Amino acid sequence: MRSAPADRVRELAGPGVPLGVPPDAGVPVLQVDDLSVAYQTRRGDVTAVDGVSFDLARGEFLGIVGESGCGKSTLLFAIAQLLAPPAQVTGGCVSFKGTDLTELTERQLAAIRWKELSVVMQSAMNALNPVKSVGSQFADAMRAHGVSSKREIAQRSAEVLAMVGIDGAHLKSYPHQLSGGMRQRSMIAMALLFTPDLVIMDEPTSALDVVAQRSLMVQIKELQAELGFAIIFVTHDMSLVSHFSDRLMVMYAGQVAEFGPTRRVFDAPLHPYSVGLLDAFPSIRGPQVPLTGIPGSPPDLAKLPGGCRFAPRCQKVMPACETTAPPLYQVDDIQVRCLLQAGRGPAGD
Amino acid sequence: MTDQAPDQAAARAAATATGPLLRTDGLTRHFRIGGGISRKTLHAVDDVSLAIGEREIVALAGESGSGKSTIARLLARIYQPTSGEIYFQGEPLSGLRSREQMLRYRSLVPMVFQDPFSSINPVFRVSHGILRGLKLHRPELSKPQRAAEAARVFETVGLTPAAEVLQRYPHELSGGQRQRVGFAQALALRPKLILADEPVSMLDVSIRIGLLNLMAELRDSQGVSILYITHDIASARYIADRLIVMYAGQIAEAGPVEDVLASPRHPYTQLLLSAVPDPRAPLSITAETDRGEPPRVIDPVPGCRFRWRCPLAIDECSHVTPQLRQLLPDHDAACHVARADAGIRAFG
Repeated sequence: MRSAPADRVRELAGPGVPLGVPPDAGVPVLQVDDLSVAYQTRRGDVTAVDGVSFDLARGEFLGIVGESGCGKSTLLFAIAQLLAPPAQVTGGCVSFKGTDLTELTERQLAAIRWKELSVVMQSAMNALNPVKSVGSQFADAMRAHGVSSKREIAQRSAEVLAMVGIDGAHLKSYPHQLSGGMRQRSMIAMALLFTPDLVIMDEPTSALDVVAQRSLMVQIKELQAELGFAIIFVTHDMSLVSHFSDRLMVMYAGQVAEFGPTRRVFDAPLHPYSVGLLDAFPSIRGPQVPLTGIPGSPPDLAKLPGGCRFAPRCQKVMPACETTAPPLYQVDDIQVRCLLQAGRGPAGD
Repeated sequence: MTDQAPDQAAARAAATATGPLLRTDGLTRHFRIGGGISRKTLHAVDDVSLAIGEREIVALAGESGSGKSTIARLLARIYQPTSGEIYFQGEPLSGLRSREQMLRYRSLVPMVFQDPFSSINPVFRVSHGILRGLKLHRPELSKPQRAAEAARVFETVGLTPAAEVLQRYPHELSGGQRQRVGFAQALALRPKLILADEPVSMLDVSIRIGLLNLMAELRDSQGVSILYITHDIASARYIADRLIVMYAGQIAEAGPVEDVLASPRHPYTQLLLSAVPDPRAPLSITAETDRGEPPRVIDPVPGCRFRWRCPLAIDECSHVTPQLRQLLPDHDAACHVARADAGIRAFG
């Protein structure tokens, strides 16, 4: 039963080729333009997301990686319009299928959520209601969108659970009766109750061990190939998305450090931060090499260094880096925020 | 890292001659769950025999629920074994009776916890915890000696300037620094063996390397042994001398880390290795027939606990529990099929 979808993915991918639906050149499902988010604190505004722009095509898989505190989760919350005070969008817009989400009322947002845009949270244990069965939580989401037929609800719930490989009998189960992997899978099933155009995932596999993690990633990829939704996948584990995302965004201190096709970024990272992140992974294959990691820690967003935000930790720092804040440069199909590329043109769409 | 000093190897050989630092014999821990007619027994750790030598980092790897943390807690005497025995420097731990003996064991075998955000008391300066530990475990030291010792171990773990860091509150430290405080507290007790339960799993990738290097350095310069519990095999390869792979409360495979990674014998080890993401390697999806569901350790029946997931299972696997057997020099696996055929390949 399991081998069939795996074969399908392999057919799609071919041996040794990253899995992926070729991004449709047509209408972007999501356009994020110069989005900034600030937390209002007693010490003044702290900008956690600083001028992030990108387009997401239909059926595309975008990976966003960075260390904790780099703004990746805040960015994702801002896109889904889930920010709560003291966090606030301070500039830019999020256009989902042509509608600016930042301008919608809660009521209008509620109509879109689950139906067209779903979010899978980091911890399924906390995201699922512990005192309600999985099935009744699915039913809640469907009723909120006007599906009232019990038969229809039961049928669709069982269908999406089957999609993620869980027996329909588990609709009667409570979250604590499921394993960590099954809980995460049922969260993903819930996100697919309607056929959304965009699924946003915040570290959905971080609580799982490697075997379960790998199996869930392949499953997400299979479902994406089948249903054609776009994915934004946030993780601190760069290696996890290396084979699954079409494009990769590396964030540092609230800004885009490097952004481009995943394999390009992995094979030839341009930003010293991406190089450092990649070099920090011990490998279980090949000869053993000493690892250096990245010295120091990310800057305090309330006290950012002048010039390049990565300069204090950078191996290739130059005098200019201390004073000049680098813009995003376009190098072929990669955007990179580093003065080493200063000869290149500015990134623009 | 790769080329270990020859004197270290010699020291290890000498240590094995006098017996390992710590050894377990048939260590078992069961938990009773439920009550009345639905009473069941969860076999968290079943018949585990392992040894940790002097100046050695042993990595204990396995998925969640494989029993690796239970082993750490048994070794730390937080849990008592259901059966089996732990020998430390040749002495059985069940013989430790008095408070002095227990205190002494706990100072020789301290623990470093997974979560650096909850393992340090947030209302005191970081000097508080370490000075208390010193007062309790090394009462012979005077107050200025304790302060000097605290500063010394902080310097050793790279928390500099020590005098200044000691005066900070936990919230003023980063995750990596807090985890270093954990190691400093352990080190202040002049330990022989540090039990480190997932010490880097909550840290960012870029910070992890520094902690891993610290553990290797503590082994090389301070001569402590470390039981490094992790689900991250790649980091285990980076610092460990030996690797023990657990599955469902039992040891599936054990051996020198490079040998196990280069030629894994147990199908579970092969599955585990094939699932480790590696950005440098092309994607292999041979292991995708596996669901990754945890094994059943509640009232287990005899036979191999991996057999439901194993593509190579034979008839014998469903009724005879495989024992850990030496297949290569110093390299053991508990698998009926691997025993018969050295070249098996189930995954990867």
